[in-house]
Amino acid sequence: MRRRRAQGPRRPPWTGPLGLFHAGSSWLHRVGPGPKVAGLGVLGIAVVALTGVVTTLALALVTVATAVSARLPLRSTTRAVLPVLLTAATVGAYQVWQRGPAVGLEVGLDLVTLVLAATVVTATTRADELLDALVRGLGPLRRVGLRPEVLAMAIGLMLRAVPGLLQTATEVREAARARGLERDPRATLAPAAVRAVARARSTGEALAARGVGD
Amino acid sequence: MIELEQAGVTAYAPAQPEERGSGGHEQVVTLLHPTTCTLAERRIAVIGANGSGKSTLARLINGLALPSSGRVLVDGADTATDGAAVRRRVGFVFTDPDAQLVMPTPVEDVALSLRRLGLDRAARTARARQVLARFGLAERAELPVSALSGGQKQLLALAGVLATEPAVLVCDEPTTLLDLRWRRVVDDLLDGLPQQVLLVTHDLEAAARADRVLVVDQAQVVHDGDPEQAVALYRDLMASGATTG
Amino acid sequence: MSAVPDEGTTPEPARPVLAARSATADLALVSTFAAFIAVCAILPAIVLPGMAVPITLQTFGVMLAGLVLGPRRGTLAVLLYLAVGLAGLPIFAGGTGGLAVLGKPSLGYLLAFPLAAALAGYVMTRLSSVRRSLLPLGAFAAATLASLLLIHPLGISVMGARLGLSPAEAITAGATFLPGDVIKNALAAVVATAVFRAFPDLLRARR
Ligand SMILES: Nc1ncnc2c1ncn2[C@@H]1O[C@H](COP(=O)(O)OP(=O)(O)O)[C@@H](O)[C@H]1O
Ligand SMILES: [Mg+2]
Repeated sequence: MRRRRAQGPRRPPWTGPLGLFHAGSSWLHRVGPGPKVAGLGVLGIAVVALTGVVTTLALALVTVATAVSARLPLRSTTRAVLPVLLTAATVGAYQVWQRGPAVGLEVGLDLVTLVLAATVVTATTRADELLDALVRGLGPLRRVGLRPEVLAMAIGLMLRAVPGLLQTATEVREAARARGLERDPRATLAPAAVRAVARARSTGEALAARGVGD
Repeated sequence: MIELEQAGVTAYAPAQPEERGSGGHEQVVTLLHPTTCTLAERRIAVIGANGSGKSTLARLINGLALPSSGRVLVDGADTATDGAAVRRRVGFVFTDPDAQLVMPTPVEDVALSLRRLGLDRAARTARARQVLARFGLAERAELPVSALSGGQKQLLALAGVLATEPAVLVCDEPTTLLDLRWRRVVDDLLDGLPQQVLLVTHDLEAAARADRVLVVDQAQVVHDGDPEQAVALYRDLMASGATTG
Repeated sequence: MSAVPDEGTTPEPARPVLAARSATADLALVSTFAAFIAVCAILPAIVLPGMAVPITLQTFGVMLAGLVLGPRRGTLAVLLYLAVGLAGLPIFAGGTGGLAVLGKPSLGYLLAFPLAAALAGYVMTRLSSVRRSLLPLGAFAAATLASLLLIHPLGISVMGARLGLSPAEAITAGATFLPGDVIKNALAAVVATAVFRAFPDLLRARR
């Protein structure tokens, strides 16, 4: 077994703004998030609407070619797609048995095509850029009372809260274990939820104190 | 200048859901008896036992709590009717910086404070970096806030509040959670500020350095004035055990 | 508590403390619950003896958001969670994330989440004045209604369509999640009740 190259301490991906992004310089990395998501949408409609062995195969091939052109690390891409490959194989085999090879192939390949394409979009787009695009895209909702800057702030507040709540959950679990209650969800989940609300309260206060609601 | 005019705070004691609508009225508790004072000194300390009402007093000053009776004015602005103006003048630092820091990274958190200055996003970020550099946090600007030490977090909380240059700084036990070294850092920083500072503290040495000390006990200001007498009175109160905390 | 109780004279009823009711308080609750759902989904799944499918707490978090925050804020919390997860943070069940869930057969369950939080929150609001001893039961009913009317029908329909299954086959496949769901809804009810006990105003001021 090959040891992983030393790359310093591994950062949990939800702590940073990047998410499941993999840095790179392919053409897909350079395309903006808007067009990529739109393209994914078109592909999704095509995969569901178009049937037949030839189109199914064609869409799958185009997707694989696109994925290869993104030059993403093989390992992480495989890891992301593997579960759906297993599902596709199982369901595909079941459908071949029940409804014939054409249906089996289409069901299995359609799944893999869409998941692979979406994985590629996610891996070539920084999460914060995608969220910025979302905030911009929801600008027109200003008229119905949803202000984009509030959404942007909500995203920041949420990202800030995740590590804290995760630590709380761990602490609560350890406290429960110390009392021999770690298998009782009431001793672990209820205190974690209560502390989440308390945290929300103090966050609300902090926002108010800093004049955010004014 | 901070003016309390007969300012008192009452609240409903938290009632259990089953008690509602059953005819019995909820219990009203007094968090602060009506208090009148004018605070113009540059350094004001507030001391008192846990649960005595110090935070309530502090929170009145930037409108985080509103008086149930009387008024609170900051430079003439009423906290109840002109809260936004009050909060532009009064910065507030909490005990627990984890509660105060609401954004994922230091630069975003300071930039959040700067929103009220009406700068655009790029200008806010640039300003935030300058502020962080001034507080010696430049290298940590992009780290997750959750990766900072407690002392660094409190320093960042102060940076975020001072970024908008408020005229008054209210600090509710800012050093209670810190080790001795960080306590010194924060104390020195507060001592050096040009602003008016109202400091709620359990640190009697810090209180003794103030120009004026309020002692709060059982929801009442029981002493207002000379630091030395205040500290002596507080020690007596603690020793007599009359105060429940 | 050492605040001084008032005897005799009833003073002015307290003015609301600013932070408790404002839009910023709601913003904080919504964001924090979105984070709470994320943590529920990140945490390792609970394996219960005698159950085929391990229980991930994602649905628990969604239901809890609805029950505790009410329909409006609860739905917003779930939508925020979904948006950040779709953007690529690995906060969906099993540490996955990104747009890939849109292509998976389980998409329907995800789409049902905001609706389920809305329904559970709405029913809980209607039941908010029941006797305290009945609160857990009411919360369980609200959550169960949401999973039976929304999560399973939507989840099973989308799965059936994506996998080319007949309704009977899809329902059979989807039914494996039902026992786990009963447990999750019971958990959500118990935990929501504990939260209401700690913060009674969450039951009083519902939106
Ligand atoms: N909103 C509230 N409703 C009821 N009681 C409260 C509320 N806020 C604070 N208290 C109670 O009022 C008392 C004084 O609180 P506080 O001003 O925070 O004290 P200190 O900061 O001196 O420790 C405490 O006993 C506290 O439990
Ligand atoms: Mg206090």
